[in-house]
Formats: sequence, C-alpha cells, structure tokens
Amino acid sequence: MVNAAEHAEHTDHIVSPKIYVAIFFALMIGTILTVVAAFYNLGPWNIVVALGIATMKATLVVLFFMHAKYSPGRTKVVIIAAIFWLAIMLVLTLTDYETRGGQEVQLRSPAVPTLFHV
Amino acid sequence: MPREHYLNATYGIRSWLLTTDHKRIALLYLASVTFFFFVGGIFAAMIRIHLLTPNGLLVSPETYNKLFTMHGVAMIFFFLIPSIPAVIGNFLIPIMIGAKDLAFPKINLLSWYIYLAGGCFVLYSFSTGGLDTGWTFYTPLSSVYSNSAVTPAVIGIFINGFSSILTGLNFIVTIHTMRAPGMTWFRLPLFVWAHYAVSLVMILGTPVIAITLLLAGLERVFHLGFFNPALGGDPILFQHLFWFYSHPAVYIMILPAMGVISEIIPTFARKEIVGYGFIAGSSIAIAVIGFLVWAHHMFVTGESTYAALAFSFLSYLVAVPSAVKVFNWSATLYKGSISFDTPMLYALGFIGLFLIGGLTGLFLACLGLDIHIHDTYFVVAHFHYIMVGGAVMGYLGALHFWWPKITGRLYPEFLARIAALVLFIGFNLTFFPQFILGYLGMPRRYHNYPPEFQVLNVMSTAGASILAVGYLLPMVYLVWSMRYGKVAGPNPWPATGLEWTTDSPPLTENFRVTPEVTWEPYDFRNRPELGLQVGASLAPAHGDD
Amino acid sequence: MHRTGELYGQFETLEQQKDSAALGMWIFLVTEVLFFGGMFMTYTVNRHEFFTAFGVGGNTLDIKLGTTNTIVLIMSSLTMAMAVWSAQTGRKKLVTTFLILTLGLGGVFLGIKGIEYKQKFDHHLIPGHNFDISYRVNHPEPGEDPQLLAAEREELAKAWAADPNLNSHAQLYVSLYFAMTGLHALHMVVGAGLLLWLLSQAVKQRFTPSYNTPVEIVGLYWHFVDIVWIYLFPLLYLIDRHR
Repeated sequence: MVNAAEHAEHTDHIVSPKIYVAIFFALMIGTILTVVAAFYNLGPWNIVVALGIATMKATLVVLFFMHAKYSPGRTKVVIIAAIFWLAIMLVLTLTDYETRGGQEVQLRSPAVPTLFHV
Repeated sequence: MPREHYLNATYGIRSWLLTTDHKRIALLYLASVTFFFFVGGIFAAMIRIHLLTPNGLLVSPETYNKLFTMHGVAMIFFFLIPSIPAVIGNFLIPIMIGAKDLAFPKINLLSWYIYLAGGCFVLYSFSTGGLDTGWTFYTPLSSVYSNSAVTPAVIGIFINGFSSILTGLNFIVTIHTMRAPGMTWFRLPLFVWAHYAVSLVMILGTPVIAITLLLAGLERVFHLGFFNPALGGDPILFQHLFWFYSHPAVYIMILPAMGVISEIIPTFARKEIVGYGFIAGSSIAIAVIGFLVWAHHMFVTGESTYAALAFSFLSYLVAVPSAVKVFNWSATLYKGSISFDTPMLYALGFIGLFLIGGLTGLFLACLGLDIHIHDTYFVVAHFHYIMVGGAVMGYLGALHFWWPKITGRLYPEFLARIAALVLFIGFNLTFFPQFILGYLGMPRRYHNYPPEFQVLNVMSTAGASILAVGYLLPMVYLVWSMRYGKVAGPNPWPATGLEWTTDSPPLTENFRVTPEVTWEPYDFRNRPELGLQVGASLAPAHGDD
Repeated sequence: MHRTGELYGQFETLEQQKDSAALGMWIFLVTEVLFFGGMFMTYTVNRHEFFTAFGVGGNTLDIKLGTTNTIVLIMSSLTMAMAVWSAQTGRKKLVTTFLILTLGLGGVFLGIKGIEYKQKFDHHLIPGHNFDISYRVNHPEPGEDPQLLAAEREELAKAWAADPNLNSHAQLYVSLYFAMTGLHALHMVVGAGLLLWLLSQAVKQRFTPSYNTPVEIVGLYWHFVDIVWIYLFPLLYLIDRHR
C-alpha cells in the first residue's frame, strides 16, 4: 500500500500513565506560577510571562496528551501550519495598527486646517 | 452504456437524499448551485436593466443597494465557492486517485445539507426585507444602522461556511490517505493538486469569516460594540478580519478552475503538460501567498502607509504563480495538435480573460492608481473578468469535458460551440466597457450616474442580455442530452487520467478492482487501454453533430 | 457502501481508516484554531487600545473561581488521556470510569462558569443592559472589607481619570469575555455530548486495543478545548492584578 510508510508508526505507541501524571503536575506548577506572577508588577513583561507560561503548558498538552510527539511528521506539519496561520493574521493586522502614527496629512482645501497629524 | 452504474444502482428519492455516494452528492450540489446561479443572475439582470438610464430605470435607490448586495452574496457564497469543488471535485477526486469514495462520505452528505440550511437562511433574508449592506457587510452599517434582514443572512453565511470547511477537510484527508497503489503525489492529476490547494484555503480561511460574522451578528443583536465606533469599537478591525478570509476566498473561486484548465489543455493539444511541477507548486504558492495580501482591499481606509506598502508588494508577488500557470499552458499549446472542442473553447477563453482580469488586478495593487480607481467600475470589471471570464468558464468547461463521464452521454457539439462563442462575446460586451467606465470615474454601488456614461452602460446591458443566452443554451442542451444525447464510451476525447478508464457513467464503487498506477500523468503516447495509439487518428472519437 | 465489522466500505484497511480519522480530527482542530483566533485578534487590538479598561474589567473576574476552573479542566485532560490509555491496554471497565470522571470534571467547569456569569448579572455587568462598571463599588455587599472597598474605589477613580469612556470600553472587555468564554463553553457542551456518546459505547465494552479510535479523536478535541482555556485564563483573568 502506498500509504503504509506514511501512517505506520501512528498506530500503537502507548504512553505510560506515569508520563501523563508527570505532565499533569508540570501543568499545575505552570498554573500556580502564572497566577503568582500576575500579582507582581513586571511592567511590559507581565504579558510576556503570562503568554510564555501558557504556551509552555499548551506545548505539553499537544506533545503528550495529544500524542503529537509520537505522531507521524504530517501531524507536526498540521500543528505548525495552524500556529503559523494564526501568526499571519495577528502579525500582519498589527503591522497596520502599530505603524499608523506620525503620518502627516495635508489637505488642499483652504476652508479647513491644512496640516494635521494622523 | 454499462448495464449498472451509479445512476441506476438504486431508485427512489430516499436513495438520493440519503446517498453517501460522492457522485450522487455531486449531482445534488449541481442542482442547488445552479438554482443559486439563477437567483444571483436574476439580481444581475435587474441591476443591468436599472442602469440603462442615468437616473435609474427600475428601482428605488434603497432597493438598488439590495440588488447588488444579494447578487454578490448569492453568487459568491452559494455559487462560485462551492461550484467546481462541490460538483466536479466531489465527482472526480476519488476516481482520479483510484479510490472508492471520499474518506468521509457521510460528512460529504452533511456538507450538502449544511449548504442547504445556510441557503434557506439567506433566501429567508432575501424575501423578508432583503439585504443592503454590500456582500462585504462593512460595519457599523451592517451591525447597527441597516434596516434590512442582516441577521438571518449572516446566520446563513456562517452556516454555509461549515459546508466549505467540511468539503476541504474531506478532500485533504482523502488525497493524503486514499490514493491507490502507485498513485504517488507527482502522478496526481493537476486537478487534484489544485483542489488540495483550494482545500488548504478553505480550512485556514473560512473559520475566520465565520467568527467575524458571528461577532458582527452578536453586535447587531445584543448591541455590543466590537466594530461600532460610537461604543469604542473599530470598523477597520472588521475589515481586517473580513478580508483575511475574503481575499483567499477569491483563490478558492479560481484555483479549481485553473485545475480544470490544466486537464483540458493537454487533452485537446494532445500533448503532455509543460511544467507539471511548476503548475502543482504554483497552486500551493497561490494558496499560501493569497493569505498575505488582504489589506489591499483597504488602501483607502486610512490604514498605515507602511502596511499598505507591504500589502501592495505582496499583491504583486501573488500574481507570479498565476503567470507561471499561464506560461505553462501556453507552452503546452505550442506545437500541440489542437482541436477546438467545446471544453477547449472554454479553456482558451479562460486563458485570455483570466489574463486581462489578473493583470488589471495589478493595476489595483498599485497604491497610487488605486486611489483613483478604488470603488469604481474598474474594480467591478476586474473581478468579473476573473470570476466570470475565469471561474465560470472553467466551470462550464469542466461540465462539458466530464459530461460524458457523469451522464454517459455526449452533448451536441455544434450547438455547444455556438453557445461558448455567444457567451464569450456577451461577456466581453458586458464587462469591457466597465473598465472604461471605472477609469472615467463611475463609482460602483451607485444607483445612478452622470449622463455622459450612458452609452457605455447601455453597451454593458446589451452584452448582459447576450451573456444570458450563452448561459441558457447549455442549460437546455445539457438537460436534453441526458435523455437524447449520443451514448459516450468510457473515453470519448480521448484523455488520460484514471477517470477515463472507468465506465461512463461509473459504477457506484468506481472501480471493480483497485487500480495499480504505473504510468505518469498526461502521457499521450501508447495507451491502448485508453484508446490512445501512436499513429492512430487524433480526431476525437465522437465527431461532429 | 457497506461496512464489514469495524471497517467502513470506502477504506481498504483498518489502518487507513484509523489514519484518516486522526488526520481528519487534527485538520478540524486547525479550523478551530483559526475560529478562536479571530476572537483573539479582536481581543489583542482592543486590549492594546484600551488597556486601562481591560485591567479594570479583568479585575471584576473572581480569580479563585478562574484558577479552580483551570485546574479542573487540566485534570479532565488527564482523565481523558487515561481513558485512551485504558482502551489501548484493554482495561475496558477503566475506560468507562475515566470517561465518567472527564464528564464530571467538565460539568464542574460549566457549573463554575454559570456561577461566574450569574455574578456578572448581579453586578450589572451585562453588555447592552445598563452596563455599569462602577455598580459593584457603589452597591457593596453587607460585610465586605471596607479597606478593600476603598482601594477598589481608588483604583476605579484613577481609571476613570485615565479613560473618560471607561464604561464603554469596559463594556467592550466584558463583551469579549462573554463571547470568548461563551464560545469555549459551547465547545465544552459539544465535548460533553461526544463524551456521552463514547460512554454509551464504552459501557458495552466496545473499545479494545485494536479499536479505540473514537476515544482517541474525542480526546484530541477535548485537549484542544483545554488548550483554548489555557490561553483564555491569563488573557481574561490576569491582565492587571498587580495594582
């Protein structure tokens, strides 16, 4: 069968409950950490810490609970594609919002002020 | 005609409405998209009649707004987006890869019912007050101020999105896991590559318009403020979210048609396609780059100049893979043995009209020029050249090319060629004047215009009436041929491809024995099982009617 | 197309069927990423624009309930993964046990969510219905700590000074809160339905080491819903707790 190679390993890698429990405790620690960190004023780093911890937790769930670590390469491509496309939407839209200020707009009609900042 | 095939295998309305056979589902879609094509077409006719005089001949300004909105919604969401994938793709993809059906046949049927449900909501909206926001649903008009039936329409399009998503999901899984032995990725027909690319766009883009319309609907019903400036919301955010899908959506509409052309050209030039890898790769490139250009619809909204520069550059970039395809098709035609059967007429028409439509897209991608022609008839002409001159001609070409396979019958060739010619002439007469009108400054979505534009408008309406004849003719003779057409053999053209090794019409399970593929695609040399013989007559098997 | 045993007619082998089901679910989850993603986009733009209001809005959420819900949902992911393991190792009765636990934990999550929504209603924080960000501090419960209340009043006063349209912008935050957690809760309800369907088969001992694909793919869906919450929690509850 042409597809044998593509989906051979997917079948039966059984993850041990020990790993599941270990991951669970890691997720608990992450949760506590993120709540504690929220009560400290880290300025602009608060959001970085919060999203960073969330991403680490999400990665653990994807790799171990969802078996992505033991899945064929194709699954990993699918996951990366989803993240990448979400990033396209967020980043490219933000380039509009972030680069707006500081443009001078000059109108020609004498009835209105001729120079103002956008 | 074979004794048993998918059309006569079982009888009764339940065997059709509860079918899981991808070929029957394709025909269910054929009926429903044709219905919506009529709905959209009637609105188009009313628009063109109204615009015969500068002050508008037919309807009030408010009603005019509803006409162009409903024309757009019906055509884009309920005709163009499903057309080739749900009708031709559904029918052919399993057969082209040597499978018995798609990976998820029941989900395929569910897709059709979801499409119908969405359609019902939209038809309800059309008949209870209509829709006047433009198919683009810009806020806060759609979410706050419009007095038309926005909410049911938005629900309908939301629901319909899932039909698209499930179709794309089905195609991707099928193409990955259901290929017959020997059918490697690079032996796949380019039609399949095109639909793989389309499915990527459906999967990645459609959810975004779903959530956007959901948020706009919530805003309308519960008076929230996401996109309403009076409450601190941002209408430009709506546009970003809307176009993030709706630009790639235009690639959903054109990529399948390009896949069709890639099948027709080699067949009727009797020559292997030039640049198979380039055409396959360009489909994926269009799908990917197509997601990076959406804000070119927003150049005049006040978006950041730097962002506009980036999007303009990327919009020029996305034209490159399309051009690559046109070069490869042309190279395939060069020194080929051309026969001008109807599918070929549509394919040749596609290449010319898509070229014009695509190039004028570059005019619009140019920032300075766009200031002048944005929201004018130039834009209207540009996208109709691609959507009608391109996608619809691709769809009609596909219907004619695979009609013998779908029905087991040949359509009347002479009449079909006339119809194609009528359509081509009518199309150009309708839309070419609109380029001129737009450049001269006639705005789109206006119910009236300055008197000096009347001649061009009348030309456009005259063209539309001819175009209508070009559409009606196939509807008549294709239906006629189902009963009275000459019986086609398995491979009337003849063409390469697994589908031409099956009966016409095929068995329910497509193949008696799962094929083992050992040949490369578009190999027009010695293929006796397809009726292709080196030195044999290259004239098509069925001759002229 | 007919079915022979567990093999559906369009497939050649069980392997192909299993592979297709898994790939199908992963691709569906991709669509869900983009679906929720649109709301995350809306959130990002609005939070950037109205940070003060978002801070105030975030602090109207009960952090104890939110943290509890996060723990509950992660636990339910553990029990779901254990249900898959039980099926893979032939422990048929355990499959049922773990599915029931998962369902139960999901129910707890939804219950707590219901309590939170009711709180919003009590504090006049329903968008579009006399939304009033200052209602709670102006109408305190009897027995509330006067020092905390004073601190909250001060925080609110500062916020009003920084943003004269605080009420509108806080309403935006709460609208997003309801939209995002509401959509998430809807997905949990669907997940609960899927779990019930799995249970109906698990009690008949249908899931074995050679046939457990449905458990696995419902598991994928359930874990995804958990991941969405993993992001929602800090973004909605932990915006500006350190004032």
